[in-house]
Amino acid sequence: MSVAPAELDLPSSADEVTPEKPWLTIVWNDPVNLMSYVTYVFEHVFGYPKSKAEKLMLDVHHKGKAVVASGSRESMERNVEVLHGYGLWATVRQDT
Amino acid sequence: MFRSSKGGGASAWLSAGEASLLRALVVPVMELLNDPERPAPPVAAEAVPAESTDLFDDLEKMFNETTAAPPTAPVDPVLARLLPDAYQDDPESAGEFRKYTESSLREAKKYFAQTLLETLPAKGGRVKLSAEQARDWLRALNDVRLMFGVRLEVTEDFEGQLASLDPKDPRLAALEVYGWLGAVQESLVRAITK
Repeated sequence: MSVAPAELDLPSSADEVTPEKPWLTIVWNDPVNLMSYVTYVFEHVFGYPKSKAEKLMLDVHHKGKAVVASGSRESMERNVEVLHGYGLWATVRQDT
Repeated sequence: MFRSSKGGGASAWLSAGEASLLRALVVPVMELLNDPERPAPPVAAEAVPAESTDLFDDLEKMFNETTAAPPTAPVDPVLARLLPDAYQDDPESAGEFRKYTESSLREAKKYFAQTLLETLPAKGGRVKLSAEQARDWLRALNDVRLMFGVRLEVTEDFEGQLASLDPKDPRLAALEVYGWLGAVQESLVRAITK
């Protein structure tokens, strides 16, 4: 058994960011992926109603990218892994 | 082309030529995922002379030295598109993410391709897919289309690209196959979202 140290100065990195900012899942436009397919993926992966999935798909198509989900870093990374499985071009970043 | 079937699945009739074409296109994707063309590992940075005797510095150094350099995106542009970076402008986070997820993503993609190959009638005929198999097909078809898209440098204006090519251009046949794959995938999306 051991006693927890009273206090530790945790090493901090220069790029440390404020914890309250949410993380984002971003999907980028791609000339290959079909609009119907991207809409289907948003409905299926996120459980979004068709209208929301279609709006996000059109945002990706017309604006070049769209934030499709936000939350913890871990859950955004899981989203991205699933979206890569579907062949969508997705990335994670923290909200600014 | 695909039509809805009971239980959320889909079915289609494929000619012998279509079945063998699909097989011939899925196999290279699997091979690419199996035989990665990885970049050479980056040369390790020169070790910093150990001057500090601080315990935490030593520990940090020890962890850094035992951690292999995070992998970078594949060199092959198709593979780089199939297994993209999860972070933009942040190679360190992208490398960390890749270290923990790339091999399972490769396995998942190979599994989708395998489902397609196993459900494809060798000499053509009816393909009957459960809802789950249909999802695997969608992803496998999409990976094949991504491979074509990268190799053929497909743009948003696919029709324009097709129209601007010389009739003798060897890319014409490939673009037509790419267009056909899109139609197959579109019909499958419609069949399972009805």
